[in-house]
Amino acid sequence: MSSTTPTLSANAVERARQSAEVRVFEPHKVGLPPMRRYFKDMWARRSFANELSRAEMRAAQTNTFFGRLWLVINPLLLAAVYFLLVGILSGAALTPTKFAHLLVTLFAFYFVSNCITGGATSVVKGSKLVMNQAFPRALLPMSAVRTALRRFAPTLIVTGAIMVLVHVPLGLGTLMAIPSFLITMVFGAGMAMLFGTLQVYFRDTSAFLPYFVRIWLYLSPVIWTAEDMVGKKFDLPIIKVNPLYPMFVTYNDALIMDKISAPWMWAAASGWALAAFIGGGLYFISREREFSVRL
Amino acid sequence: MVELAEQEGMEPVEARKVLGIDVTDQVAVKVEKLDVIYRTSYEKVPTFKSALKRMGKGERVVKEVLALHDVSFEITHGTVLGIVGHNGAGKSTLMRAIAGILPPSAGRIEVHGRISTLLALGVGFNPALSGRENVMLGGLAAGLSREEVNERYQVIADFAELGEFIEMPMRTYSSGMFSRLAFSVAVHMEPDVLIIDEALSAGDAKFKKKAAQKMDELMGQARTMLLVSHALGTIKEMCNDAIWLDHGRLMGRGDPGEMVDAYLHHLDVGDDATAMEDL
Repeated sequence: MSSTTPTLSANAVERARQSAEVRVFEPHKVGLPPMRRYFKDMWARRSFANELSRAEMRAAQTNTFFGRLWLVINPLLLAAVYFLLVGILSGAALTPTKFAHLLVTLFAFYFVSNCITGGATSVVKGSKLVMNQAFPRALLPMSAVRTALRRFAPTLIVTGAIMVLVHVPLGLGTLMAIPSFLITMVFGAGMAMLFGTLQVYFRDTSAFLPYFVRIWLYLSPVIWTAEDMVGKKFDLPIIKVNPLYPMFVTYNDALIMDKISAPWMWAAASGWALAAFIGGGLYFISREREFSVRL
Repeated sequence: MVELAEQEGMEPVEARKVLGIDVTDQVAVKVEKLDVIYRTSYEKVPTFKSALKRMGKGERVVKEVLALHDVSFEITHGTVLGIVGHNGAGKSTLMRAIAGILPPSAGRIEVHGRISTLLALGVGFNPALSGRENVMLGGLAAGLSREEVNERYQVIADFAELGEFIEMPMRTYSSGMFSRLAFSVAVHMEPDVLIIDEALSAGDAKFKKKAAQKMDELMGQARTMLLVSHALGTIKEMCNDAIWLDHGRLMGRGDPGEMVDAYLHHLDVGDDATAMEDL
C-alpha cells in the first residue's frame, strides 16, 4: 500500500467488533422488501414520523396570525359555511339534529381529505431525505396521517359542544363512534399511501385532488343523510359502493343517534378500510425502491 | 485493464495482513456480484397529462438503466476507499446501493455498522423547516433516538458555524451554509461507515480547512470511508485503497495512485493539473 496509509488504531478494531449492526441489502422478492424488517424499522423510527408532522405543523402555523388557534377557528368557519349552504341556500329544513349530523360527518370527511392531500405530497416533499437516507418510506405518508389526526382533534371540541346543544341521546351506542373512527383512520392511511405513490409518477395528481375530493364529499352521506335518500331519484345502489358510505353511516348512527348500525354496515366499512390499507400499502412499498430515482 | 483486474482481491488481502488485521472478522462493506437496474423516466416532470398524451401516440418514456453490473469487492474497517470513474460510471449509484437507498437488483451488499451519508444529490433537508428541525429529522430518519440527536446537536451546530441561522428556515440559507450543515451532520453522527459523494468542497476556504482537519481526525480514528470525487488529487491524498468504475463495471481495484493513473490513462488525458484538480 502507499505511504499515505492511515494506521489503524486499537480503538478502531474495538469499534469494528462493537459494530454489531449488520445490514444486508438483497434484491426485493416480488418487488417487496423483507416485510418483517420493514415494519420493525418503521416502528423503531416512529418518532421520525411524529417529529416531521410536528415540525410541519409548526412551520404552517408560524405563517398565520392566529397560529394554533386556526385549528379551532377552521372547523367553526366550516360549520358556518355549511350552515349557510345547506340550511339557508338550499331551502331545506335543517333541523338541529341534521345540523349536528352535517358537522360530525363533515369533520370526519375533512380528516380523510387531509390524509389524502397530505399523503399525496408527503413523498415528493420529502424527496431530499428519500434520496439521501435509507428508511422505510411509508413513514412519510404516516406522518401525514398524524398531521390529519392532529387537525381533527380540535374539531372534537366543536363536536362535543354541538352534541350537548342539540341534546343528542347518549349511551353505549355513542361509544361505537370510536371503532368507526378507527376504521376511517385505517382507510385514510391506505389512501395516503396510494396517493403518495401516484404523486411521484404523476406530479399533477395534487392539482386534480381538490376536485376529486369535492365530488367525493357530495357523493358521501355528509350534506345528506342515508334517510334523506330513501325514495329519492338518486337512491341508487351505487351510492352505497362509496367506501365512505358505511364509515359515515356507522359514525353518524353512533354519535347522533346512539345507535349501533347493522352488522353488514360494519363489515363493509372494515372491508373497505382493510382493502385500502393493504392495497395502498403494498402499492407504496412495492414502488418505494423507485422513488429514489424518480424524484 | 486485465492486469488491474487481476490485482483485485490480491493486493488488499496482502495489505491487511501487513497491518495485522484479521480480515474476516473486520469486514466493513462487502459487495457481491452487485447489479443495480432501475427504471427511470426521460420526462423532467412526469404528469398525468403527458402520460395521457403519450398513450395516444403509443410512446414510452420509461427506460431501464443498468447502472452497475457484476461489481464485487470487500473492504475492512479503517479503509478509506476512493471511487474513480467518468460521469455516469455508476459511482453515485454504488454509494446509494451501499447506503441502502437503492437496493440491489441482483447480488448482495453487507454493511457492518452504522452508515452516514453525505451525497451529492442534495442534502436531506426540508427548506421550510429550521436548521435545528432538519438536524433532528435527519438524525431520527437515520435511526438515532431523540436523546442521541440532542447529545450531538450542539457539536453539530457549533461546527457548522451558523450562529442564529440554525433557528431560521433553511430557505434563508446560502449554499455555503447548506453544505456546512450537511457536512457537520454527516461527520458527527458517529458513523462506522461514512459515505461522501462529491461533497468535500463545502463552504469557504476557512471551512474547507476545518473540514479537512475533521476528515483527518476521522481517519485517525480509523472510520471506514467511501469517497467519490472528481478531484483526483483528493483521492490520491486521502485514500488508502481505490476502485475504478467504468460504465457500471469494476475495472480495477488497488492502490489509489495506480487506479487514478489507470483511469487517466484510459481517458487519455494524462496527469495534468486540471485533471488532478477537477475532472
